[in-house]
Formats: sequence, structure tokens, C-alpha cells
Amino acid sequence: MTMKIGVYLCQCGGNISKVVDLEKTKKFVENKDIEIVQIHSNMCSGAGQKLITNDIENLGLDKIVVAACSPHFHEKTFRAAMEKAGLNPHVLEIANLREHVSWPLKKQPEVATKKANDLVNIAIEKVSLNYPLEQKSFKMENRVLVIGGGIAGIQASLDLADAGKQVTLIEKEPSIGGKMALLTKTFPTEDCAACILSPKMAAIAAHPNIKLLTNTMVTNTSGHRLHFEIEAETKPKFINPNIDMDECLGCFQCQMECPVDYPDDWELGIVDRKAIYVPASLAIPYQYMIDPNSCLHFTEDSCSICADICPQKAIDFEQKPEKLKFTVDNIIVATGYDTIDPNIKPMFGYDKYKNVVTGMEMERIVDHLNEKPPPRDIGEKIAFIQCVGSRDEQVGNEYCSRVCCMYATKLASLVKQDRPESDIYIFYTDMRAYGKGFEEYYKRAQEMGIKYIRGKVAEVNQDPETNNLVLKAEDTLSRQIIESEFDLIVLSNGLQPNKSTEFIIDSLKLAKSPDGFIKEAHPKYKPVDTDIEGVFIAGTAQGPKDIPDTVVQAGAAAARVIGTLSKGEFDVDPVLAFVETDVCDGCEKCINACPKHALKMNSGKAEVDEALCVGGGSCISSCPVQAIDLHDFTNSQMSASVFASLEHKKKDEHRIILFADNASTYRLADTIGVKKMTYSHEVYIIRTPSGSRISPNLMLQAFINGADAIMIGDNISKSSSFPWSKDISLENIKAVNNKLEKAGIKGDRLKYYEFNSSMLKEFVIEADKMADYVQQLSKITDEELNRLKETI
Amino acid sequence: MKIPYYPGCTLKSTAKHFENSAIASAKALDIEFIELPKWNCCGVVTPLAEDDIMHHVAPVRNMIRVLEMNKAGTVSNEKRLLTLCSMCFNTLKRSSLRVKEKIDDLDILNDFMYKEEDYDGSVEIVHFLEILKENGFDKINKKVKKSLKDLKVAPYYGCMLLRPKDIGLDDPERPTIFEELLSALNAPPVDWRAKNKCCGSFLTLENKETVAKLGHDILTNAQKSGADMIITSCPLCAFNLDNRQKIIKKIHPEFETIPVLYFTQLMAIAFGLDKELIGLDKNFINPIPLLESKGLL
Amino acid sequence: MPKTIVLDKKSVNFLKKITELSGEIITLCDQCGTCSGGCPVIEDMDITPSQLMRMVLIGDQTVLQSKTMWLCATCNTCTVRCPRGLDVSKVAEALRQTTLRQSIDKVKIDEIPKEELAELPQIALVAAFRKLTS
Repeated sequence: MTMKIGVYLCQCGGNISKVVDLEKTKKFVENKDIEIVQIHSNMCSGAGQKLITNDIENLGLDKIVVAACSPHFHEKTFRAAMEKAGLNPHVLEIANLREHVSWPLKKQPEVATKKANDLVNIAIEKVSLNYPLEQKSFKMENRVLVIGGGIAGIQASLDLADAGKQVTLIEKEPSIGGKMALLTKTFPTEDCAACILSPKMAAIAAHPNIKLLTNTMVTNTSGHRLHFEIEAETKPKFINPNIDMDECLGCFQCQMECPVDYPDDWELGIVDRKAIYVPASLAIPYQYMIDPNSCLHFTEDSCSICADICPQKAIDFEQKPEKLKFTVDNIIVATGYDTIDPNIKPMFGYDKYKNVVTGMEMERIVDHLNEKPPPRDIGEKIAFIQCVGSRDEQVGNEYCSRVCCMYATKLASLVKQDRPESDIYIFYTDMRAYGKGFEEYYKRAQEMGIKYIRGKVAEVNQDPETNNLVLKAEDTLSRQIIESEFDLIVLSNGLQPNKSTEFIIDSLKLAKSPDGFIKEAHPKYKPVDTDIEGVFIAGTAQGPKDIPDTVVQAGAAAARVIGTLSKGEFDVDPVLAFVETDVCDGCEKCINACPKHALKMNSGKAEVDEALCVGGGSCISSCPVQAIDLHDFTNSQMSASVFASLEHKKKDEHRIILFADNASTYRLADTIGVKKMTYSHEVYIIRTPSGSRISPNLMLQAFINGADAIMIGDNISKSSSFPWSKDISLENIKAVNNKLEKAGIKGDRLKYYEFNSSMLKEFVIEADKMADYVQQLSKITDEELNRLKETI
Repeated sequence: MKIPYYPGCTLKSTAKHFENSAIASAKALDIEFIELPKWNCCGVVTPLAEDDIMHHVAPVRNMIRVLEMNKAGTVSNEKRLLTLCSMCFNTLKRSSLRVKEKIDDLDILNDFMYKEEDYDGSVEIVHFLEILKENGFDKINKKVKKSLKDLKVAPYYGCMLLRPKDIGLDDPERPTIFEELLSALNAPPVDWRAKNKCCGSFLTLENKETVAKLGHDILTNAQKSGADMIITSCPLCAFNLDNRQKIIKKIHPEFETIPVLYFTQLMAIAFGLDKELIGLDKNFINPIPLLESKGLL
Repeated sequence: MPKTIVLDKKSVNFLKKITELSGEIITLCDQCGTCSGGCPVIEDMDITPSQLMRMVLIGDQTVLQSKTMWLCATCNTCTVRCPRGLDVSKVAEALRQTTLRQSIDKVKIDEIPKEELAELPQIALVAAFRKLTS
């Protein structure tokens, strides 16, 4: 089948034609194997587009080249026009004559015209190898998994369920509520945590769109973006729930008779509970359960009083864990936090001294303060030690836990309000009262007479004779040493990722921030997305935060899920990897090379999971037999571009190929053109999805065909969609450098750069530097090239 | 086992009984100390200024001796250097790590000691306590002839065994190795606050009162916690806690003295070794009445 | 009595010198006071260790007149606790060295009483000479 290529040269209202002699370019193009070449003043205009569509219809064109402005401006326009005329939009190539030629080379019209010819040549050679690509889309349903039933998971579930999504909410504890349910009151408003939380908890139980699974842990996840297979396990509660009147009625009799007294974990051991109990007064679901770790039936095989007296015979000691399996489309991870184990700071004696307690224990102590007598005596003189485990490199935690300044202030204020005679000190390093109403709250605490001492406590000791606690610290403001006795010492321990978060990070292959919490896809503009599409984060699993921030984030995550699922399907750009199964020898080297886990083996051959592939092209250099390729950037297409860019290079000329990543470097070069900045005309820019797409083979081909140097421009790795590109590119460059060295080719001819879109000056400097450098180097001789060819 | 042994200056003079009791107790456990030939003073304290490389010469020179012993076959493939004195342990270990981390410094030192064989950074500094732990505290327990069950011993770690973290042989805040040893000797260890408090170290020369104050705090804390005696592994701690009780008594007439022994003396007592080797007459506060009252002599 | 401190090249250079000599990034000091609170010899010091760090940070050379650095026995209690991972004992050494390297000794060997010399273990003498003499 013969190809019919149409080439359209745009004057761009003079922007191009006043510098580039398009008539000369037209003549140059006419010498190539094409059907038609036309010049128009504004190709992007309706009239310009009409030229293309008419020629497609009348001449039966099957490939289009437009030589105009950057593809980032009008690629979409021309693709749409082609589609209208019945041509696949991917058989288009754009020669960027404005941003990359006429603007930067404004003062060198002859050079510009020659470069314009070369760029059009590249586009023609490339387009002749282009082929139709189909837009892929994958179906989605309405199912969302929310992992974690704290305030983040509760809020996200309610928002999702209200929007009609089918929510499965999994909570590892027997009741939802999370850490918030353990708090006495909340800062800075001092509203009672249970009072504001329990209506939301009840709404979860009542919502028809929410399936609540408590006492349940996710045990495995698999699948790909927007489609996940979940495995979970529900631990037995040993009671048949009150589904109908035949089972547990919550009559209380068992609890009355149970002989066990065991520290209540819900109350952090401040009070005792029975072995058969309801987890908390506000528990949802409000169900009895047996704790096998304290129940004598399990620990000693000696007791069955509850089962004997239950009027409904609802107790079932034989209940076994239940395994669950289901599929969801999106996931919200709301696994929360743990408080930092205060024993990692042994100088505070938490494990040794009874009257050293944690902040969370103090929440429960304060909550019971009005009971007569309260379960724990707090004395009169109380010290809070701030930053226990946070902001402390000795235990490896650099970060601030953000809530401790305010929760200590809250607990101190509550005690002070209840017992004005108490003498309360808060030992702090920095007071951080950044949130709405925080500074005012802090001030009110100071007003009440709570004393803030600026100094981190060095140690707490107990007098061996009196058993009094002695605290030592420097008051860094008065430069005096405080060595004083206290009745109660509260350790304001910070927040850290919990085991569930760790598990989910591993299982879903999420990224971790340096602080160990889940890393968001972008801290500024994708704060609730993760690196895995379809997985979102809410609450403290992402990092320490207070309740208002958590609720906001949960709402944002729910909104992102609703938006994602509302499309019903998701589109995938057809620029994806593919495997030539005839060539693939099943060596499996590519499997680990794909950072997105999109490659797997299928009957001895590699296979691309198109729902996971992101089209970065880093797999290509991993394949020893060149069986893996990337649509629209195939090996042959890239080779053709490279060859065409060097085809008309004269012996005395220099040429530097700059492989520019599409997201950053290519656009940067566009901006440089827009700003009419100038850089060496010897630098020819070829588009690539990422630096890692440029395989050693391609680089070698460039040298063999006459390139003097190669630059690879990539996005800054930490903000790139392909953050792994840098490492792979550097590996590839190393491999090529070895071959150059073996062939005796001298000089530093291969360089890798990271550019963001504002590094205009840097780009110009680097391009000119490279041009100067190759100017000074001796040319690569034919003999050296022959030796290089032999190494391939 | 045979292991290269660095005694250090004090163990050849005022702390001779530390060395004697250590060698004898080790022998009972089939551990033989092979003293370094031509060893020199380690410098006692490590140079902390970044540019002070020269003071690492003395410690590194001792490490070269270990390489020579291995070459000569005096020990076989044993590049660990055993120390008893906590200060020697700390100083030698800090130098050994510094030259390992900063290769340039090692080059300078090797150049400077051009008459010596080059040091390669391969010697590891260990303390006798670590070797005892590695050997197994259960083996110690089997050698116990006189049970110390009525003796309440406060183990005093001081600073140099524990700090800084990369040098210390145990958790700097909650060490346990002495307690493990005491349990093996059937002596109930006393849990006390001041076990890792500084005794004042070399301040004893110019700031006697400071050292006496620190000593008073440490010793009375041990007593209040129920201790009959204190053990240590540092001759300087021993001096500050034992000999300086004379000054403490002067400042605090109500203060009652308490014996301070090297841990190896206690081992030797439990193993029922020869009195000469234990050298209880060398301790400043006479421990004999206490030990007699517990039926241990 | 508060004094007026001018932040000039001299103060910058002093900080730079002590930073280089100690190998510690003194500007990292957060002034939390953990070092002072746990320091065993704090009672005999005229300024606290954290104050010493602060004076070096702002380049106040009168820190060299303080006796704090001469009382630091390098027990490293602060070293293992500093939340910023700083080693105050190295800063104290750098300050001592700044004085000692001008041939100023803090111990006069011939003034030590004979009976003390007889009694003291060698390590006490060697250590004190190393830390307190040039």
C-alpha cells in the first residue's frame, strides 16, 4: 500500500514565515515522497483545518504533517480535524517551527530555514511509520472500600454513601470510632468527642449504602488501578448478633455474672471490664463480644457461666474467623495512627513509674474525673512533657506531631477547670498554636494560671524512699534548672504510622514519606491521591493532623472517589508499551524493570497490563532482544526521527540531539521560544515521554549517524510522573559511555539534565555549554565510528 | 579462647587488683588474655576536635600490635582487642571507628607512623563484659562456688561503657549487661537511678568538691535503693567513688561509707579464687567486714 | 545585666571557627535545654550548656570566659539525648582548644599536692592534662 502524506506549512501570521523561508522549505518537501504540500497563513484557523480535511477527503491522504507551532498548542486541534475527516488522530506529526525555530533563531533566518527543513524532514520520516492507535477505556462500577473506621473513615464513608456509592467500611477493632472515640473533649472548642462522634457512628450503622465490617482486617489486596480484589478476615466475637429475637438481646445478665476483671483496652486500662462485654458505651455496632485473651473459657478452659445463663443461648464458643473476598473499584485508606511508645524514651520512666501516664491515658483519666471516687488519683501538681518521641532524632523522628501542643493545653485546661487548686506546668520546646482558635485557646490556658515552661525535660526519676516523681529540666528562658517533685506526669507522646498503615502501604504498593506515613501523589495539587490510581488517603495515615483537618481531608478523598467513579469508565492514553510476542524470549528481565508492575508473564511471554502501564518507556532498555516497544515512540519511529535529524548534516557542522521529555523539557524549550530567548541552533529537540525511553541502542544510533553529543532532558524526578526515569537514564548513559570509551571516542558527549518549566536560563546555558564543548572537541573519526559499530 | 589484651597504665599500678582478679576469673572460664607486646598509653580521653588527628596515633599504634600478634601466631585469627578499663575501652574504640570512617585520617596516621606496619582498620575493640556475655553467663553461673544471694549489689556503669551510642556496649539509658552478670553470680542486682550518672571523671584533679558532690549523690542513691556495695569497671570511677568517700565524709559527716569493688573482684569471690588475686586490701573503703558478715570470706 | 551584641563578621567568623573545630552544625541547636537538664555538673557551671551553644551561635566570644566548658567531663549524657543529634561535648572541646592553643593552661602541674599525686590513678592525671593543658 502506498502512503499518501500531506504536509502543511503554517506561516503563523508571519511568526514563522518572516524568519523561515517557507518557499524554500516547500521546495525541500517536494523532493520527498509525499502527496501534497501547502502553505497557509494560519493552519489552526477554520480555513487551515479545512485544507487538511478537504485533502483527506479528496486526495485520500493517510498521514498528515503540520509544520506550525508547538504540539502543546494545537496538536489537539489538528487531531480533531483529522478525526472529523475519518482519519485516526495518531497518524499526525507536528514540526515545531515556531517555538523551536523561528522564535529562538529570529536573527538567523538562513540557519532557521535550514533547521526548519530538518524538522519537517524528521516529521515526515516519523509520520511515515505512524499507525492508527485506539483509545482504551476500562469499565468501573460503584464499589468503594474504606479501610479504617475512625473519624476519617466514618466521614468518607458517609459522604460516599450519601452520593450513592456502595461502601464497605472495614475496622479492625470491635467498634468503629477510632482514636477520636477515646478522647474526652476536643480542642480548642472543648466539645465532647463522644457527643459529636456518636451521631455519625450511628449513621454508619443505619446507612443502606454502607456495609460495616468490624473486628475485621484486610489480609491481602491485588488487582490494578480502579479495580481491586480484596481479601479480609473477621475475628469471631463468639456471640450470635441480634439479627432477630432468637439471638443476643443485650440483656446484661452475662456481664453481671462474668468472674473476670480485666483492664479495659477501650479505657486504656484506667478501669476494668469483664471478659464478655460491649466494647464501649457508644460502640457501633452495639454488640456483646467475648475477648478470648481474658475469658477463662479460652485461657484456662474452666468457665462457661455466661453460656449457661444466657436466656437466648446466644453464646457460641466455637465461632471461627470468617474469610471474606470481594471486589472494589476505589479505595480510601483511613488507617490512622498509633501514639508513639513512650518507652523509647526510657528517661521518662513510663514503664517504671505508675504516675507517669501518656496523653491518651490522660484523656480517659480526665473523662472519669467527676466520678466519686475517680478511678485514678491525679494529685495536685501535674507536669506535661511535650515532644515525647516527636521532633527527636535520637528516636529517628524528625517531624512534629502537630496535635500535642493543643491536646496538652486541652487536658491541662480541663483539669484546671475541674480543680482550680491544681498546679499545672507544661514543659515545651516550641508552642505551636497554628490552627483556627488555637492561639486564643492557648492564651485562655495561660490566663487560667497554667504555666508553660520552655524547656524539654531531660529526665524523670522516682525517689527510692518517698516514691515521689522528680522531674529535671532547664527553663531555657530564665536559664535556671528546674528539679521538682510532681504528683502526676503526662507524656505528650506524638503520632506515628500504625501497623495497619504499614501493611496497607506494602500491600497496595503505596509510597512512604520520609516520616513513614503514606505519601500523597503531590503535596500541593494531589493531596488526597496516592501514587496508585484509584487509591486515596484520608486522615492521619497520611501524616499527623487534628480532627477538623481530618474531616476536611476525608471529604476531599470522598469527592475524588465520586469524581473518578462518576465517569463509569476510565480512559487510558494509547501511548502504552506492547510486546512483540514473536521476539520475546521470556527472560523476565522486564518484569522487575516496570515500576508500575504493569508487566507480567503469560505462557512464557511478557505481557503488558494496559490498565497499569503509564507509557514511560523505561521497560524498553531492560529488554535484551528489543521485544518491548512503546506505541507512538517505537524503536523504528525514534530511529527514523534520529536519522532524519542528521540526514542533511554537513561534514563541518555540529549537531546535538536533545531528547526532551514531553512534560517538562519540551515545554521548557517552548517557553524559551515564546520569550524569544536564543540558544545554539545546533541543538535539535526530539520528543520523548521520559528520559528513560532513550535506550542505549538509540543513543548509539545517533552517534553512528553523526551526532556530536546527546543531551537528555527530564522532569525533576521528585515532581515527575516517572520519578524512576533518572536512575534508568543514568544507567543507560553509563552503558553507552562504556562503549564510546571502548571505541576510543573521547569527551563527555552524553549528559543528563533535570529541568522544570521555569529553568529557562539553565536550559540556555546548558545548551550553549554543550555546543561550545563539541566545538572544542575533535570530531569523531570514521575509524572510531567503525569501532563503535563493531561494539553493537 | 585466647584474646589480645590491652591493660592500660592504671591496671599496672593502682588498679592491679582489677587486672589480677580479671585474669584469674577469665582463666576459670577458659579465657586467656594475651597481653599486647610494646603497648602504649591510649591517651585516656579521645580527642574531640575535628583537626586533632595526632592524638589518635597512640590508640592506633596499639591496634597495629594486634595485627602483629596475628601475624606472629600468638593468637589465631583474633582481631578483637580486649579491654578492662572503661576509659581505655572508650578511647580505643572511638579511634578505631574514626579511622574506619575517615580513610584520609588513617592515611595521615599511617604516613606519620612510617616505621610501623600500615594499620588497615580491621581491629575491633571489645570490653571484657562483652566477651563474658558472648561466652555465656550460664557458664559463669556454673562456676559459682559462693553464692552472693545475700549481697545487694548496685552495678555502676558510669559513662564510658555506654556513651556515645555508637561506642557504648549497651543501651545508654537502660543498660542490663551488669545485671545479667550479677544474676549469673546469684547476686540480686539493685535497680537504681544513678547507675549511669557521671562520677566527675578527670575533674577529680581540679574540682574535688564537684566530684565529691557527684559521688555523694551516686553513693546515697545506691544506699537508698538498698545496695550493700557498688561494682564498677573503671579505675577512675573507682577512685572517685571509693577514695573520694574521704572528702564526702568530711562534707557530710552523717554519710556512711559503702564499699566499691571491681566487678572482676566480685567474680573472683564468687568463684572462690585465691585472696591474693582478689586484692581486697587495695580497695579504699574496706569491704572485708561486709563480705564477712555475708559469709563470703 | 543584658549587654548589646552586634552581629557582625567577627561573630560569624567565631561561629564558623567553632563549627569547624567541633564538627557540629551549631545552628541546628533548637535551644530545648535537654542538655542542661541532664548535665551532672550543671550546679557548678556559670552558664548552662544550652546557653553556651546559644552564645556560640550568635558569635558572642565572651563564652570563652565562662567556666562551663572546663567543667564538662565529656560524660556524653547530652550527646545521647540531644533531639537534634548534636554533640555539645565536642563544642565544649572546641572552646577549650581555642583557649589552650594560645598556650594557656588550666592546671598547674607543680601545684598539685604530693599526696594527691601519689594517690591519683594515672588515668586521672593524663586525662586532666589532655583536657586542661596545651
